[in-house]
Amino acid sequence: MEEKHSGPIETQSPPAAAPAEGLEARFPGSVRRDERQNFDGYLVEPGKLVEFATALRDEFGYDYLSSVTGVDYLPEERLEVVYHAYRSTGGPALVFKVQTPRQDPIVVPSLTGVYHGADFQEREIWDLYGIRFSGHPDLRRILMWEGFHGHPMRKDYQEPYFEEEGKPYKNRWPEGSVYRIEDKNPFHGNVQYPDEFTPEGWVPEGDDALYAGMKKVSAGGNGDGRGLGTEQIIVNLGPQHPSTHGVFRVVVTLEGETIVELKPVMGYLHRNHEKIGERNTYLMNIPFTDRLDYICSMSNNHGYVLAVEKLMGIKPPERAEYIRVMMVELTRVANHLWAIGFLLNDLGAFFTPALYAINERELILDVFEATSGSRMMCNYMRFGGVARDLPEGILETVRELVFERLPRRVDELDAYLTGNEIVRTRSIGVGVLTAGQALDYTAAGPVLRASGVPYDVRRADPYSIYDRLDFDVAVRYNGDVYDRYLLRMDEIRQSLRILRQVVEGIPGGEIQTGKPQYQVRVPAGEAYGRVENPKGELGFYVVSNGKPNPWRYHVRAPSFINLTAMGEMCRGQKVADVVAILGSIDIVLGETDR
Amino acid sequence: MYGIGIVRGLGVTLKHFLETYLDDIRWLGRRYYNPEALAIRQSPKARGAFTVQYPEERLVTPEEFRYIPFLLYEEDEAGVKHDRCTSCGICAKVCPPQCIWIVRSSNPETGRPIPEPTEFFIDIDICMNCGLCAEYCPFDAIKMDHDFELSAYDRQSAHIYNKERLSKPVSYYASIRPSNYEREEAARAAKETAKAAKRES
Repeated sequence: MEEKHSGPIETQSPPAAAPAEGLEARFPGSVRRDERQNFDGYLVEPGKLVEFATALRDEFGYDYLSSVTGVDYLPEERLEVVYHAYRSTGGPALVFKVQTPRQDPIVVPSLTGVYHGADFQEREIWDLYGIRFSGHPDLRRILMWEGFHGHPMRKDYQEPYFEEEGKPYKNRWPEGSVYRIEDKNPFHGNVQYPDEFTPEGWVPEGDDALYAGMKKVSAGGNGDGRGLGTEQIIVNLGPQHPSTHGVFRVVVTLEGETIVELKPVMGYLHRNHEKIGERNTYLMNIPFTDRLDYICSMSNNHGYVLAVEKLMGIKPPERAEYIRVMMVELTRVANHLWAIGFLLNDLGAFFTPALYAINERELILDVFEATSGSRMMCNYMRFGGVARDLPEGILETVRELVFERLPRRVDELDAYLTGNEIVRTRSIGVGVLTAGQALDYTAAGPVLRASGVPYDVRRADPYSIYDRLDFDVAVRYNGDVYDRYLLRMDEIRQSLRILRQVVEGIPGGEIQTGKPQYQVRVPAGEAYGRVENPKGELGFYVVSNGKPNPWRYHVRAPSFINLTAMGEMCRGQKVADVVAILGSIDIVLGETDR
Repeated sequence: MYGIGIVRGLGVTLKHFLETYLDDIRWLGRRYYNPEALAIRQSPKARGAFTVQYPEERLVTPEEFRYIPFLLYEEDEAGVKHDRCTSCGICAKVCPPQCIWIVRSSNPETGRPIPEPTEFFIDIDICMNCGLCAEYCPFDAIKMDHDFELSAYDRQSAHIYNKERLSKPVSYYASIRPSNYEREEAARAAKETAKAAKRES
């Protein structure tokens, strides 16, 4: 298979074929290699998919199904589902794909029975591509609302205000026929509701299915008819519950105060980031990735440029790699400070701990502002480098932060919170996720590592200069809210350790490979770039057909996929713990809803 | 003993509380409205309250800070303004949300394009302040501004900036981004000398 990688493609990890020898022999005739130029992995017959995945998990050790996504190959009249599986012991991905003709009914067997983590991702594919997953226990739309017409990620779907297939739009120059987008809005003035419409009595159409899917058993006490008869009720928390970190909603079935079942409902902030990404040129996507997880824009940039650099076959110069790692690790510190602060908010310590943490984050944002020009929407990395060199004096500021100030402040935060009895009572033993469950539900990042799985992409599948840096993968074993909190503390310390090495070792030289270009040439093929984002594994799956706009641009969003396990974590807990558990998962709705 | 963790935590809070007053005393009443103190309050050496008394007191924007682009023009001795922009359209092509509209001028007799835009619009409601236009402009004609106080009473009419609203003199640019300006001028001068040397040889 080596000849597949001829040409400029030089993947950072070894090709995925090696560790899974014998897959084709195990499934003769129904599994074959993907022979397309610059494509990787195996094509699996839909009928054999579940069997294949089970064998992969049980015999080949691929126990972690990281990403599931769809691709619409409109010219070939084909839809494809792409799976990325990993071994939790580390190593490159095993990619496998299922192809199906584009004519209805489009059905692919669901993998939820093998990997629970496929749940939300398959729902997303059904929602956006209209591929039905047979055997999926709860196949409803997830980002769009029930009753929405069409599947927006299909290549022939045109959004409202559709202008052209790809940017740049031709009417901007040289005619410059300027208009306000709002003038094209059909609801320009205001919106009138029908006479019979009462907002109080209105139930969104599609929610019937949601409520019907909630477990509701009429409880007759202990079941022998002698205990106290109780009734289970369904309660909506949100949308927009005060401490849900954004427009997010969970529906719970309650037995008294105990949660019987919980389902997250999301999509309130959905803007079809991926469709926008496919209209954009490659470069234009960089500032858009800032807006996914807006706390960690630097590391979002990093994941995306890594994916496209894999396709382009270029590598940034050494100095740029150091700058990137420096920015990304500062982002991790800032994110974990934020997460810890707001976890305490969720536990009821209203804003004092949060503000102590945000104080320190503020100084990191000052560094971002001085280097990239913006505190949060950094837009700093470019294909083959970074946008500009570090400004004068910023290295000294970072040095002061990582050697002097931050370690002390983290210790102070530790002394402030870790021993606090209220924090401990509210979080120890709450929201437990075992190691097996965490892998099964594709939890990533701190949620996975707090459950005792020492899986960190920086170690498991090193990218950039992480293989040369000295740090430990933080791991905790109880898998509860408290351990997730402790793990974030550990990770801040590890990040500071990395930062100290980076600040000391940063070399001089160029910050960009080749000349900066606004129209990059990306050879046809696919690439999956993944980084250890502060919230978990962030992956970008990019398919190029050689044109200026990506054919497929998919974001494997850790905030979104980590929520798959939320129902599991909350079962049997008290309703008041939901907020704490959500806080310990640490989601950002900009990324969850995309 | 149960409760010791809470007491220790309250100790941290108390320390923070006292620190705000200690820092006030340290500056002898000159902690606020004092650029020298502000610089330290916004650095890793900061202690006490982080708040800034905006708008009386303002954070110093770093040179790279970027907000809404503007167009540069040079002014000659007679006071005539010359746009640096040649209406090549690269900024409009590179703009991720496509918020730049350019009308290219052309000679009415020959119909050939003239390297100066007739009109230049930026819809600041759409602009995402990414700075790509400034980064890829080959003529250093569009740059990111430092002015972020842009509120207007009427967004229907006031939020599409035209060329007049967008244009600012080169001297303004030199004042907000001195080191960038210097670097670009040096590069331009080097280019000119190289060109002249080539012409002579």
